[in-house]
Amino acid sequence: MAEAEPSRHEYQIIELSPWPIRGGLSALLLASGLIIWIYQLIWPAWIVFAIGALGVAGTMVGWWRDVIREAEDHEHTPVVQLSLRYGMILFICSEVMFFVAWFWAYFNTALFPADAQQIIRDQVIGGQWPPQGIVTSDPWGLPLLMTVILLSSAGTVTWAHHSLLNDNRRGLQIGLICTVLLGITFTAVQAHEFLTAPFNYAGNVYGGIFFMATGFHGAHVIIGTIFLMVCLGRAFAGQFTPQEHLGLIFAAWYWHFVDVVWLFLFAFVYVWGT
Amino acid sequence: MEGTTTTAPGAGAAHDRPVGWRRFAYATNHKDIGTLYLVFALCASLVGTALSMGIRLELHEPGLQFFTNPQYFNVVVTAHGLVMIFFVLMPALIGGFGNWMVPLMIGAPDMAFPRLNNLSFWLLVASFTLFISSAFFGGAPGTTGAGTGWTLYPLLSTKGHPGPSVDFVILALHLAGASSILGAINFITTILNMRAPGMTMHKMPLYVWSILITAFMLVLALPVLAGAVTMLLVDRNFGATFFNPQGGGDPLLFQHLFWFFGHPEVYIMILPAFGIISTVIATLARKPIFGYLGMVYAMVSIGLIGFMVWAHHMYTVGLSANVQAYFVAASLAIAVPTGIKIFSWVATMWGGSIEFRTPMLWTIGFIFLFTVGGVTGVILANAGIDRVLQDTYFVVAHFHYVLSLGAVFAIFAGWYYWFPKMTGYMLSETIGHVHFWVTFISVNILFFPQHFLGLSGMPRRVADYPDAFEGWNYVSSIGAYLALLGALIFFLGLAEAFYRKRHAPNNPWGEGATTLEWTLSSPPPFRQFEVLPRIK
Repeated sequence: MAEAEPSRHEYQIIELSPWPIRGGLSALLLASGLIIWIYQLIWPAWIVFAIGALGVAGTMVGWWRDVIREAEDHEHTPVVQLSLRYGMILFICSEVMFFVAWFWAYFNTALFPADAQQIIRDQVIGGQWPPQGIVTSDPWGLPLLMTVILLSSAGTVTWAHHSLLNDNRRGLQIGLICTVLLGITFTAVQAHEFLTAPFNYAGNVYGGIFFMATGFHGAHVIIGTIFLMVCLGRAFAGQFTPQEHLGLIFAAWYWHFVDVVWLFLFAFVYVWGT
Repeated sequence: MEGTTTTAPGAGAAHDRPVGWRRFAYATNHKDIGTLYLVFALCASLVGTALSMGIRLELHEPGLQFFTNPQYFNVVVTAHGLVMIFFVLMPALIGGFGNWMVPLMIGAPDMAFPRLNNLSFWLLVASFTLFISSAFFGGAPGTTGAGTGWTLYPLLSTKGHPGPSVDFVILALHLAGASSILGAINFITTILNMRAPGMTMHKMPLYVWSILITAFMLVLALPVLAGAVTMLLVDRNFGATFFNPQGGGDPLLFQHLFWFFGHPEVYIMILPAFGIISTVIATLARKPIFGYLGMVYAMVSIGLIGFMVWAHHMYTVGLSANVQAYFVAASLAIAVPTGIKIFSWVATMWGGSIEFRTPMLWTIGFIFLFTVGGVTGVILANAGIDRVLQDTYFVVAHFHYVLSLGAVFAIFAGWYYWFPKMTGYMLSETIGHVHFWVTFISVNILFFPQHFLGLSGMPRRVADYPDAFEGWNYVSSIGAYLALLGALIFFLGLAEAFYRKRHAPNNPWGEGATTLEWTLSSPPPFRQFEVLPRIK
C-alpha cells in the first residue's frame, strides 16, 4: 500500500477563553458563600452565595453557548464529535460513582442493621431495617407512579430521537415537550413526597440517607430537564440535523442515566427497604 | 478574539502566540497550562515544606516548644498532608508534566478539551484559596484550623470541630476533586482519541500509559470522596446523622468511603511517577525499557487491584477476621506487579550504556528508595503486625519513603529531564548533582529512624512524646533541616539556569530519548503537530 499523504489534523484548536477562570472564581464565591451563609458571618448572609451561583450559571451559559456556536461553525469534525462522546460517557461514569457512595451508605446500615459491635446504633435503630419508629411510604403508591413517569419519559425521549433520525421535526419537538413535561411532573410528585414524608431529614439515619439519595437524584432530574429544555429550544431553532445532533444524544444519555439511578432507588430503597 | 497576539514568522492568524495576562488567565494551550500547574506546585511546595519544618522543629525535643496548644500541631500535620497530596504531588505529576508531555508524546496538537483543561487549573487555585482560609476560622473549641488529620475521620471532624474550618476543607476537597475528575476525563479522551496515525495503544510511551491508568482511577475514586465529605458536611451543618451513632449512623462508614478513594489515591500519586522513571531510565541507559507489555499490564493490575484493598487502612477498627484475611491477601497481591516493575527497571539498566546525568541519579535513587518503602508496605499489609504498627511512626516512615523518596524523586527526575525541553535552557549538572546528594542523604536521615520510632511504639500525630523517643526524633529533625538546604540548592539551580541561559538543543539526552517531544525545538513552538507525525 502506498505511503499516505501527511494528514493535517482535524482536531479543534480553541483560542483564549475567559470561561474557565470565571468558572473557578464563581466556584470559589459559591463555596465560601455557602459557609458564610451557614455561619451567618456577614449580612445579608446569602449574598456571596447568590453572586457565586449567578457566576456559575453565567459561566455555564456563556461556555455552552460558545460550544453551540463552534458546532454551528462546523468545528465539530467527526474526530471531535468522538472526543465529545468519550467526554460525556466519562462524565456520566463519574456521576455513577457519586451515587455509588450514597448507595454504599444505604447498604452499610440496611444490610447489617444488627451489628453487635455498634451498641449505640443498635439501640437507636433496634436491630432492624427500616429502623424502629420509622414509617415508610407505600412503594406501590407515589413511588410506583414516579417510576412509570420516568420510564415513560425514557420512551418519549427515544421517540424524539428516532423522529429526528427520520427527519420528522414535529415528532422531535413533541417528543421533547412530552419528556420535559414528564420530568417536571416527576419533580413535582417528588417534592410532594418530600413535604409529606412521615419522617424527618435530620436526627435519624433513615431520613438522612433517604433524603440525600433521593434528593441528589431529584437534583439530577432537574439538571436533565433543563438540558432537555435547551435541546427543545435548539430543536425549534432548527439546530439539529439527522446526521449531527450530539447535544440531543447527550441529553438523552444523561436522562437514561437518571432513569437507571431511579430504578435502583425504587428497587432497593423503596421496595426492598420496606 | 480575546487577548492581543503576536504573529510567529510564517504562521497564520490561527496560530499567533497570545501575550499579556490573558495568555495564562484565559489559557487553552496545554503547554501554558502545564506551566501554570508546575509554578503552582512549586509555590504550594513552599507551604508544604514550611509546615513540615514546623512539625520537625516541635518534635526536635520532648516537651512542647512552639505549639503550646497541641491542637495547632494537629492543624499543621493535617495541612502538611493535604497540601502535599492535593496541591504539590498531583498538580506536578498530572497537571504539570501530564499536560506538558502527553500531547507531545502522542503527536497531538493539544488536549481534547483545551478550555476544560484551564478550568481544572483555576478550580485548583480556588480550592487552595479555600484551604488556606480554613486556617483562619474556628475549628476545635478555642482554636482555629482543622486538626483532624488529612483523613478527616468523624466524629472529631464533626462534633469535635464545631467551627467553619472543617467546612472550608470539605469544600476545598470538592473543588480539587472536580478539578481532577475533569482533568482525568480530558486525559482519557485525549489519549484514546488523539494519538498520531500509527501509534497503537501498544506503541504508546509508558508515561502516557501511566497517565491513562491514573486518569481512570481518578474518575472512579474521586466521586466517592465527594459523597463522603458531603455526608460530613450535612452531618456538621444540617443535622444529618450519617456518622453519628446516636442518630443510627456509623463512623466506620466514613472510613470505608474515605479509603475506597484514599487507597486508589496513593496509586494515583505513584503511577505517573512510575511513568517518568520508565522514560528517564530508557533514555539514560540508552536501551528500550525491558518488558514493555509487562510494564503496561503491571500498571493496569496495580490500578485494578488498588480498588480492592482499601480496608488495609482499617485493620484496627473491628473488622471480622475473614474480612481482614481477604484484605491481607489482596494487599500482598499488589506487591507482585510492583515487583515486576522494579525488576524490569533494573533489567533495563543491565547491559545498557548508563549516563549518570542528574535525571538518572534521581531515577536510581527512586528505584532503591521506593523499594525500601514498598517492602515496609508489605510488612504493614499483614493485619497481625499492623495491629501493633497502625498509627505509629512505622506507617509514617513507610508512606514518606514511597512518597517523599519515591514520588518526589520522580518529580525531580522529570524536572531535570524535561526542564530543557520546557524552557529552552540547560540546568547546571554540578548544581543538580549537589542537589541530589544533599537531598538523598538528608531525607534518609529524616525518615529512616522513623522506622525505629514506630517499631518501639511512638504514635503518629503527637506533638510531644516520652523521653525514650528523644534520640531518633533528634536525628530525624536534623535530616529535615538538611533537606531544607537541599531545597534551597534546587531553587539556586533554577535561578542559575535562567541567569546563564545556556540554550538547549532539541534533544540534549542522546539517542536514548526516543519519544516525540525530542523531535521538537526546545522550547516547542506555540502550536505543534499541525501536520500529524506518522508512527511506524
